[in-house]
Amino acid sequence: MSDVAVGAAFTTAESTAIRGDFAILSRTVRGGKPLVYLDSGATSQKPWQMLDAERAFYEQHNAAVHRGAHQLAEEATDAYEGARETVARFIGAQVQEVVFTKNATEALNLVAYSFSNAAAAGAMDGVDPALAARFSLGVGDEIVITEMEHHSNLVPWQELARRTGATLRWIGVTDDGRLNLNDLDTVITDRTKVVAFTHVSNVLGTINPVAAIVDRARAVGALTVLDACQSVPHRAVDVVDLGVDFVAFSGHKMFGPLGIGVLWGRYDLLAAMPPFLTGGSMIEVVRMEATTYADPPQRFEAGVPMAAQAVGLAAACDYLTALGMARVSAHEHVLTEALLAGLAQRPWVRVIGPVDGKDRSGVVAFVVDGIHPHDVGQILDDAGVAVRVGHHCAWPLHRRMNVTATTRASFAAYNTLAEVDALLTALDRVPVVFGTVV
Amino acid sequence: MDLYQEIILEHSKRPLHAGLREPFNTQVHHVNPTCGDEVTLRVQLSGEGPSAVVADVSYDATGCSISTAATSVLADEVIGHSVKEALTSFAAMRKMLTSKGADPGDEDEIGDGVAFAGVSKYPARVKCALLGWMAFTDALTQAGVDICTTSASASASSASDNIMKVNAITSNTMEDS
Repeated sequence: MSDVAVGAAFTTAESTAIRGDFAILSRTVRGGKPLVYLDSGATSQKPWQMLDAERAFYEQHNAAVHRGAHQLAEEATDAYEGARETVARFIGAQVQEVVFTKNATEALNLVAYSFSNAAAAGAMDGVDPALAARFSLGVGDEIVITEMEHHSNLVPWQELARRTGATLRWIGVTDDGRLNLNDLDTVITDRTKVVAFTHVSNVLGTINPVAAIVDRARAVGALTVLDACQSVPHRAVDVVDLGVDFVAFSGHKMFGPLGIGVLWGRYDLLAAMPPFLTGGSMIEVVRMEATTYADPPQRFEAGVPMAAQAVGLAAACDYLTALGMARVSAHEHVLTEALLAGLAQRPWVRVIGPVDGKDRSGVVAFVVDGIHPHDVGQILDDAGVAVRVGHHCAWPLHRRMNVTATTRASFAAYNTLAEVDALLTALDRVPVVFGTVV
Repeated sequence: MDLYQEIILEHSKRPLHAGLREPFNTQVHHVNPTCGDEVTLRVQLSGEGPSAVVADVSYDATGCSISTAATSVLADEVIGHSVKEALTSFAAMRKMLTSKGADPGDEDEIGDGVAFAGVSKYPARVKCALLGWMAFTDALTQAGVDICTTSASASASSASDNIMKVNAITSNTMEDS
C-alpha cells in the first residue's frame, strides 16, 4: 500500500485484501445472501491478526498478570504491559496514562465516580489542595454534557449530579445535528466543574469541535472528558493534541476484542484521583486497619486484568496502524459521501444529522417516511444488510430530533462502495413492501 | 420473506379500534426500551370475576408495523369476549410467538393473530408483537382480574407462568442500553 497517497481511499485490491482478514465478512445470512455488515458503530468485526494474537497469548503465555515470579507470569505481564505501550503509542499518550477498563462505559464511570469518591473523608489526603478542589463537587457546582450523548456519557453524569447535589446542564443540538455553540458561554460558566462530551456522535456522525469546547472549559477551570468511542477506530486521534483531560474508548469497536476499554487521563489528574474499584492489584500496602494504593494506572485496575484482551487490542491497534488511520478515515469518508448522495436521491428518506460530509464521520442515521425503523431494518436484514435500528442508546437525542427511532448504517475500514449500493438497493424495497410508493 | 403478511400490513395501515375512548376501568402505558415504541391502552370491563366481558379496548400507540398490527388484532379479538377467552387468546398467541416457527397458531383461538406466526422466527421482533398484549394483561390485572386463577383451560401451563415467560422475552432487548 506504500505507493498510494497517504490520504486516499483503499483501492479495490486493497479492499479485497482487507476483507480477506475478516473471515466473518465472507459468510452468508438469511438464506445464502452475502453479509453486508454496516453496523460497525455498534461493534466491529475482527481480523485474524487480532484473533491470532489473543489465541497465542492463551496458548503460550497465559498466567495471571502482576502476580507470581514464574516464567509464564513474567511473559504474561510483559505481554499485558507491552499492549499498554502499543495502545498508548496509538493515541499519542504516555504509557502510565493508559488505564485498561472493562469497556468505555466503565472508563466514563471511573471518572464520574472520582468526583463523588473524592468527597469521602481522607480520600484526597496528600493531594495538592488546588488539584483536589478540581474534583470537589457539590450544591452550586455544575456538570455539563451535550444533548447528543450516548447514554454511557449521560447517565453516569446524571447519577453523579444526584449523588453530589450538583446541577446537570447540557449544550443543545441544532436542527441539522450540530452542537449549538451559541450555548457555550451560557452553559459552561464559572460554576462548571466538568464538561463531558462526545468526539463523534454515534447517531448523527457529527464530529464535534473539541478545541472550541476545551478552550471554554479551560477558561472556567473545568475538567474535560471526551467520549472517543466513535472517533478512535476511524481517524487518527492524538490525545495531547485534543487538549482534553480524559478520553474514553472501547476496544471492540476498533477491531479489538469484547471486554476491554481504555481510559486515558493526564497523569497528574489520575495521580490525584481516589480509586474506583478496589481489591487486588491496585494496592500499595494493605493492613487490617487501612490500605494505601498503587500509582496509576494500576490504582484503577483492580483484580486480575484482561491480559488476553489487552494483547488483542494492541494487535488491533497495530492492524489499524498498518492500514494507516489517514487512509481509513479517507476511505470511510468516500463511503459516507456516497451513501449521503444516494439517500439524497430518495425524497422519502430523511437523514438525521448533517446531510453533507463536512466534519462528519461514517455513521449515517435516517428515517423513511411513514415506516418504522424496525420495519426498515427487517427489510434490509432480509437482503443480508445488517444495520442498527432503535435509538442507539441516545434516547434524548432522538427526542430532540423529533423521531422515536432511526435506522443507522455505520462504516469501518472493510466496507466498500458495492456495500453502499447493496444498502440503497435493499432500501428501495422498503416503500414497495409497505405500499407507500404511489 | 414471510414476516410481512398482507393481513399485518393491512392492520398496521388501518389499525382497528384505535384511539383512546371513555369509559374505561384502567389505563396503562407500556414502552419498548429498545426502540422507544409506546402504547397507552385502556380497558373497560362489564361484569365481575371470570365471566367479566371485555367491553372495550382502546389505545394510542406509536410503533412498528408488527406492534401496531398486533395491537389492532388484539383489540379486535378480545372486545366483546370474556376475560377468560381473552386470556386464552393471549396464551395461544404467546405460545405461537415463542415457538421459533414451530407453532403455526390456531385461527379459532387467535383469529388474524395467525398472521404473526412468521414473527416467531425473528426473536428480536417477538417483543414488538407482544407490546400491546403485555399492556392489555397489565390493564386487566390493574382492573382486579386475577390472571393466575382466570387461567385458560386450553393452556397447559399456568397463566402466571406465561406472564413470567413473556416478561423474560419482552425484557430481552436487542443491544440497546
